[in-house]
Amino acid sequence: MSDKRTVLQTHDISGLAGRFDPRMRLLATFCFAIAAVGFSSWQPLLVMIGLAVAIKSTSRPNWPRTLRMVMTMDGFIIVMLLMLPFSYPGTPLFTIFGFVASYEGFLRAILIALKANAVIFMVLALLGSLDAVTLGRALESLRIPNKLVQLFLFTVRYIDVLHREYLRLRLAMRARAFKLRSNMHTWRTIGYLFGMLLVRSYDRSERILAAMKCRGYDGRLHLGAMPALQARDVGFAVMMAFILGTIIWMEFLWPPLL
Amino acid sequence: MVHIVDGALSTEVVATGAVLGIAAVAYGLKRMDIETMPRVAVLSAVFFVASLVHVPIGPSSVHLILNGLTGLMLGWAAFPALLIALLLQAVFFGFGGLTVLGINTVNIALPGVLVWLAFGFMLNRVDGKWLWGIGFAAGSLAIALTSVFVGISLALSGQEFIPAAKLVFIAHVPVMVVEGVLTAAALVLIKKVRPALLSPMQVAGSPA
Repeated sequence: MSDKRTVLQTHDISGLAGRFDPRMRLLATFCFAIAAVGFSSWQPLLVMIGLAVAIKSTSRPNWPRTLRMVMTMDGFIIVMLLMLPFSYPGTPLFTIFGFVASYEGFLRAILIALKANAVIFMVLALLGSLDAVTLGRALESLRIPNKLVQLFLFTVRYIDVLHREYLRLRLAMRARAFKLRSNMHTWRTIGYLFGMLLVRSYDRSERILAAMKCRGYDGRLHLGAMPALQARDVGFAVMMAFILGTIIWMEFLWPPLL
Repeated sequence: MVHIVDGALSTEVVATGAVLGIAAVAYGLKRMDIETMPRVAVLSAVFFVASLVHVPIGPSSVHLILNGLTGLMLGWAAFPALLIALLLQAVFFGFGGLTVLGINTVNIALPGVLVWLAFGFMLNRVDGKWLWGIGFAAGSLAIALTSVFVGISLALSGQEFIPAAKLVFIAHVPVMVVEGVLTAAALVLIKKVRPALLSPMQVAGSPA
């Protein structure tokens, strides 16, 4: 319980990306993501991953942790990717237990893996060092409705509070010799735990509302304007646009993978 | 596996998901007022915490989704709540993706809302065994619908995904059991401790 780390905290220093305006970083990430899913050659995707890794490395990241995050995502899709060569019709590449893996399906799986990783690396590189509150303010200045941004900021705040509450309840359960196992008792008990967490957090939300009304909350959260764009932010935007343009040009230069 | 990653789906499916997602989130936001803002936020934080929890099942473990419970507690507000949880997961943990936020939100939140429309009105009228039954049905049905929606999204993106789509459903059968039991237990506890929470007036997405 002495661990003061929060769930939503990165330990990386802000690095290269951190020197620029969060709005521009958000927009750039979004444009890169859209471009990445549209690509059909592998070269621009590899370049994008390389670029993201280069940006990320300026923030002296905790590489094992970063890679673990990427591997978790890859773990989610690996089964689907492994099945693709066998379900995609085309030129046979090899055969396992009578199932034919097609060359086209194999390429398709590689392409999906590259796209997913390109987007994830870009997100980690450009947004990874952003703290949640800045992200919320940047979202608001990009015309995301105030209500949604409020919900975002409140959620970020209470995730930490409730995670601690969860750990406290788990500690109390451990003190009573509760151990996670694969049985009905465990599932029911975890269900009770979340029921309790919901009841407590509901009460907490009533107190929050009362405290906020006391301070004149009228349904809007006044976040104030983000600082004006500096010359270097515009420079960053132009640079990113140029790089993205180059990568898109590469897409046309190289033939599609399939 | 309920998180579809960037790059797998066809542009049409991603775009449809985004449009549906935006419409549903906007509707959910519209049904939230000053009174419900902190409640939705606190509950959406609970569901985010739930997604960090791994529950053992057989030799493996599953991480909780609890979208049935989310729907039952939040009604339409489940859409904005789950969108935010997914955004935070994408940015801070690298789960899921960015361009697929819309379709993922729909795939996870819509079953919750459907379950709420089907069972929500019964919660304050039943007790004991019936509440266990309804809770189990709601919790497992939400997961079943989510895996069906994920399967449909994949299948619409290409014939070659159909085996993967079937696998997603089969892989989620044990998850359905766990989530069913968990949802039922949570509802039974809430009913005992704070029954008012389950009355329709209290569901954040449906102001009285």
